[in-house]
Amino acid sequence: MDTPQSTPQDDPARPAGDATTPEAVPGAGDGRREDGPELIRFQDVTKRFGELTVLDDLCFSVYPRKHVTLIGPSGSGKTTILRLLMTLVKPDEGTITVDGEHLTHEERHGKLVPAGEKHVREVRKKIGMVFQQFNLFPNMKVLRNVTEAPVHVLGLSKDEAEARARDLIELVGLTEHIDKYPTQLSGGQQQRVAIARALAMRPKVLLLDEVTSALDPELVAGVLDVLRDVAHSTEITMLCVTHEMSFARDISDCVMMFDKGRIVEAAPPEQLFGDPRHQRTRDFLRSVQ
Amino acid sequence: MNWDWGVVADFMPYFWSGLLTTLQALAWGTLIAFSLGLVWAIAVRGPAFVRWPVLGFTEFVRNTPLLVQLFFLFFVLPEWGPTVPVMVAGAIGLGLHYSTYTMEVYRAGIEAVPVGQWEAAHALSMSPRRTWQSVILPQAFRRSVPALGNYVIAMLKETPLIATIGLMEMLGEARAFGTETFRFMEPYTVVGIAFVLVAYPASLLIRALERRLATH
Repeated sequence: MDTPQSTPQDDPARPAGDATTPEAVPGAGDGRREDGPELIRFQDVTKRFGELTVLDDLCFSVYPRKHVTLIGPSGSGKTTILRLLMTLVKPDEGTITVDGEHLTHEERHGKLVPAGEKHVREVRKKIGMVFQQFNLFPNMKVLRNVTEAPVHVLGLSKDEAEARARDLIELVGLTEHIDKYPTQLSGGQQQRVAIARALAMRPKVLLLDEVTSALDPELVAGVLDVLRDVAHSTEITMLCVTHEMSFARDISDCVMMFDKGRIVEAAPPEQLFGDPRHQRTRDFLRSVQ
Repeated sequence: MNWDWGVVADFMPYFWSGLLTTLQALAWGTLIAFSLGLVWAIAVRGPAFVRWPVLGFTEFVRNTPLLVQLFFLFFVLPEWGPTVPVMVAGAIGLGLHYSTYTMEVYRAGIEAVPVGQWEAAHALSMSPRRTWQSVILPQAFRRSVPALGNYVIAMLKETPLIATIGLMEMLGEARAFGTETFRFMEPYTVVGIAFVLVAYPASLLIRALERRLATH
């Protein structure tokens, strides 16, 4: 299998549904192999930007408490998956459900209709996101960055929110910076605040969008350590786009290799990194290592 | 003609009354311009049936002279509705006119807030109202302060126009005093200096505010 596409298995253009149903893929699969209902389900999701098809008839599921990493060349649609879940973009076709609820549609009088803003906001509360560029609110100090949404969106009292925030800020190791503005912090520290901010909403799913790509190399480790901690000490489900292969190997239950808007291969990290089945995966891994 | 301090002394009571009127009109005008401008700036980001009427109205106001608007407010509008007090007409005239400029200032400030801020608020499920209130406007306002301050000073220098509808601000008082006493040099000089004495500290204040807001 030295040449690309020498076997049918190596054809990256195979229907995505096939690739997501290998034997024993924890965390992602066809919905029959894991106990309990799936937390996230993409069903025939297609997303186009103009002429470009970014996601092509994509099907996959993520189960509670699993950590799924999306890898693949840039432009392969990984980030779009996160942005779809965050309802920052809408799918052109297909449906997405989160915890059994439709993300883009809601049921009214037994019929599925396009979701209203309120319904979407309710479903979205189950999802937290950490961005590549941190996107902290520069007009608020660290503590208020973390308490603002719990107070005004979840309706927590100020005291409750602050207690929760202090715990999380301690978790990310920034207690001494609690009264600083984001611009007074390094990129790595800002990203750790952003992680605390997302966790303060107690989401069921945490989306991580290349969270270390904008950081200076020496700051990457601190952020990844915090995320490893979160992954191992909480029950949160993670969906993670990253170029940090060792991090993906550490925390993932399942790694999904994307190319051209399709899943090429989905497998536990030991298998995907140790013995990838597809030529496209091998090429990609060679190029990033 | 020689400078006569006695004339200055005679003019001063009229001057103080005029100064008070100027500052009152300026304060109300500023309040209206700042708040209405913000309303316009947010409205033009709304749905088309809000955006287009607002754009049309503000474009119209910006492209007609303030003097015409003042005449319209004070002389024409009462033909359809109740007569408004002259101070109300003056303040609304100034405020409405300048709101179409402050709107552009806010708009630039809002557009300068990075898209990531909207996305972060969205990701935290903040309502649109909460997003504006906690995230967007505080950042946009900080960026808008210097330009807003300049419009207060511009507005100050346009206050003499309200004398044309009979609101005796300081230049109006000076003119009336001159017409009665045939002494123009003293009252106009006093008023000219007064404009500088109000405008310069105001611009210093704006610069200080700007520096304070720029610290973080």
